[in-house]
Parts: sequence; C-alpha cells; structure tokens
Amino acid sequence: MKADLSVNIAGVTLKNPVMPASGTFGSGLEYARMMDLSRLGAIVTKGVSNIPWEGNDVPRVTEVPGGMLNAIGLQNPGVDVFIERDLAFLKQVDTRVIVNVCGKSEQDYLDVVERLADEERVDMLEINVSCPNVKEGAIAFGQNPESLFHITQEIRRKAKQPVIMKLTPNVTGIAETARAAEAGGADAISLINTITGMKIDVERQRFVLANRTGGLSGPAIHPVAVRMVYEAAQAVRIPIIGMGGIASAEDALEMMLAGASAVAVGAMNFNDPLIMLRIIDGMAAYCERHGIGRISDLTGAVHT
Amino acid sequence: MSTWDSAAGRPAAKKTVRVSAVKELADGICELVLTYPERERPENAVPGQFVMIYPGDGSHILGRPISVCGYNPVEGALRLVFRVVGKGTGELAALKPGEEADVLGLLGNGYPMEELRTRKSEGAQIALVGGGIGIPPMLELARQLPGCRAVLGYRTDDLFLMDEFQEYAVTQAATEDGSFGTKGTVLDVLRQGSAPDILCACGPLPMLRALKEYAAENGVTAFLSLEERMACGVGVCLGCVCRTTFKDEHSQVNRARVCTEGPVFRAEDVEL
Repeated sequence: MKADLSVNIAGVTLKNPVMPASGTFGSGLEYARMMDLSRLGAIVTKGVSNIPWEGNDVPRVTEVPGGMLNAIGLQNPGVDVFIERDLAFLKQVDTRVIVNVCGKSEQDYLDVVERLADEERVDMLEINVSCPNVKEGAIAFGQNPESLFHITQEIRRKAKQPVIMKLTPNVTGIAETARAAEAGGADAISLINTITGMKIDVERQRFVLANRTGGLSGPAIHPVAVRMVYEAAQAVRIPIIGMGGIASAEDALEMMLAGASAVAVGAMNFNDPLIMLRIIDGMAAYCERHGIGRISDLTGAVHT
Repeated sequence: MSTWDSAAGRPAAKKTVRVSAVKELADGICELVLTYPERERPENAVPGQFVMIYPGDGSHILGRPISVCGYNPVEGALRLVFRVVGKGTGELAALKPGEEADVLGLLGNGYPMEELRTRKSEGAQIALVGGGIGIPPMLELARQLPGCRAVLGYRTDDLFLMDEFQEYAVTQAATEDGSFGTKGTVLDVLRQGSAPDILCACGPLPMLRALKEYAAENGVTAFLSLEERMACGVGVCLGCVCRTTFKDEHSQVNRARVCTEGPVFRAEDVEL
C-alpha cells in the first residue's frame, strides 16, 4: 500500500514534504539537468532582495567537521531579474515555489513582497529575518521577539501569498520567537537557519572567512535543529518547516516526529545533488514498513 | 536520470569512479587516475575544466575541486594531479587502486579552445604558463593545442610533468632556487624573450597578478584560471565568486562564479 506523501502548509498542498533550503539550490536551474525538479515537494529559492546585492568578500565558504560555514552575504540579482529569469524558468516545473525574501530595512522586504504579490507562479513567501537590520545597528530582524513580531505583521499585511517566517537559532529562546511570529500573523514558520560560527587558520593565524563569522550548517547542527523544532512545535499551532543538517530520510522523519509538517534539505545538496530524491523515496519506504497511510500523520507524533 | 551532457559546465549527477592508479609525482604532489563506468564517460574534457571529488569519510561533506590534468575519453580515464594540503586532499591521496570515489563533473568553462585554435592557425604565438600546482591543468591544454610554448615554474628541481610537456610544446622551466633552468619565476622566463600574442595561465594568485600586469604592459591576450574555495561547485551557492570589471549577466553585480563563468577568465575582465 503506497503512502500518501502529500502535506498541507497554510492551505498550500505539496506533493511531498521535501524541499531544498534557501541558498542551497538557486532557483533550480543548475540542478534541472541532474534531476527531475517536479519530484520535489517545493522549490525554495535563494533570498531575493529589491535590488541586486553583491554579498560578502571571499573566502565565503569553508568546511568544518560535520558541516560547513558560509558567509555568502545573500548575493542575489534582485527581484526584477528574479521575476524575469527565475520565475519564468519555474513556470515549466510542476512543484510549489516558495520565494525567500531578504532585506536591509523593513521597506526593502515590503518592496519585494509587493512585487511578488501579482506573480502567479509564487505559491508562498519565506521571510529571511536573519538579515541584519542596518537601521538598528545590524541586529537581525529576527533576533528579538518585538522586532520579529513587528516585521511579521507588516509583511502579512502586504503579502498576497501565505507567509513563512524563517527563524534564526541565534536567540536565547526559540519558543519565544516562534510565538512572536505566530502572534504577528505568520502562516507558518521555518527553522533553523544557520548557527553563527567561526574558523581560524592556525598556520596563517588568520580568520578563514573574510567576514570572520559564518553560518554553520550540515549534519553537525542536526540535533540542535531537532530540539528547536520540537520546542517551537510545543509553543505554536501554525505549521513548521523543519531544517538543519538533514542528510537522510531518518533525519527528515525525526524532524516530522518532532513537530515539522515538512522539511528542507540544505548543505547536503552540495554533497549529493540527488539527496532529496533519495530522502523522498526513503520516507515512502518507512511509511510502507510501518503501515502509515499518510505521512502527515507523523507530524508531532513523537511519544511524550 | 543519469545522462551525460558533454558540453562545458553541464554536469550530470555524481558518478562513482574506480581508482586505477595512485602515485606520488613529487614531494607532496599526488597523481590519481580514475576510471568512469563504461556508459557514464564524458565525451571529452575542455582543458581547464575541473571535477569535484568527494573524500569517502562521512565527516567531510564538501567535494574538493581539482583540475583535470588529462582525460582519455576512449578509456574513460580521468587524471588528477594535486597538492596534498589538508584533510580532504590527504584522504584522496590515501585512496588505493580498486577503491571507489565519487566525482561530480566535468565542471567549469575551460579555456576557449575554438578561439585559441583559430588564432594559432593564423600564426599567433601562444604561451602556456603554469606555476607550481597550476602546472597539471596546462598539460591537457598542451596536448589539445600542440605546438605552443610552455613555461613552467617550480620551487626546485622536482620537475613533475615537465617531460610530458616536452611531447607537445617547446618547454622552458624556472626554479625559485635556481637548481634547474632560469632562477626565479615564469615571469623571468617570459621577460627573456619577446612577448607572446596569447598567454594561458594557471597558478598561485601572485603569479596571476604579475602575469595580468605583464599582459597589459605588452598587449598580450591573457586567459587566467582562477581558484577559490568552493562548496557546491555547480553555480548554486555563490561561494566562489571573483570580482569582475564588468556587471556579470547572471549575478547583475560585478561578481562571477569561478566554478561556472570560470575558472578561466580573460585577464582584463577580473580584478585580482
């Protein structure tokens, strides 16, 4: 008996719960030759800003045990080229499109949200609040509950599509920020974004990354991500997209049992471009093995 | 699902290749020969292309970008020559014949072979310049564009691959310590004679900077192979960008991806 892998996030049905994490898949163009993109539950795009962003100086990436650090700095070609090129490409792909949005000020986000409002190809918005707010001394929008609540509210007012707030783990209490997003009107939350880390080259006695710090991602962060997804799921009722070091179907199932309705795979796409397809197949096999008719029944099903 | 598109920079998914040979070519320089399964062989390699090769240990998630030193399409034999610098390359050097490794590629643009062949047939003098670990990829270029001049820079008289260059190109060497050939660098060799019309180069950044300057001074068309730390290798993560002197079409800013728009760039198009 084949399991029903479909899931519903804030009214949007995905054929399965697996999607790439923003920034690890572009808009899918580069991976289109390697895989059938229509097999994915959704494509989550790289963060889109209102104007092109240059990003940080290189080196931007480095490997660390169990993962990697990145300080890309959200380089992207801006919303105009994104609509003209990337959304045009995605019209040929049969999957959900979740556009990630970034900004340096509240107005930046609203500009993008408004531009995307009339784009039919866009099914949902994911708001990256790990961007530093240049007006508030570069503290990330998502780092304190008050500013997160406020920006969520402003965006929810203007957005046509369902709004997913992507939470940063670099906070003292994830439950508190989850509640702030929900209170601000978020239709869903996604977590975790990367954990701030640093690497020093001892031979050269220098920081490895030009930005000094970078975001840690990959299997090393998985247990932290599972814990935070669980804590967030205990705190809010809106659906959760869980991510953080997913490297296998088991990791993805863990996230769902902890409280996620869907999952995103990030750094491991760099290790194996086909990993999401393997995870989808592995999750289907698990359901068959356990006699589970609908994968959505696994959400939050960890025994307490 | 697994089909090869042999056009430059269009990888299919990861392939499992078999290690045919492992050898230490020089102090700290390793040669790996890998064979693709019969139905999964790239049609050809453009000189200057690279692969991402994945160490087998589960604690490393990122591939290592290594230039193609040689590729034989009939046998599906990929030759990689690299310096052992860290844990990832150390694991690659520890592979044994018969073992398997995963490879993504062939990646990148490579040198503009059509332009080079045309210019050569019109009589252009072309110099292939390799410095240290930049020497291996130039060998495939020398093989596909025979009859050029090769200028190779070594630290000392551990002259790996030099004998193979001599089959395809008039070869000169420089050694930093003067133990063979010209004492100094490839620049010292180039400045001994008249400037070529075109130079193709690969090597450490200080060498590329010096060559860019030399090319500008002497009206030489220069193609430089850049390197940068990579994560995805296929143009998605934007980790490996270089600064361009023009607004790049893909990025809409003065940044291009070394793994995709590169690794070979015209010298005047990049800031080093």
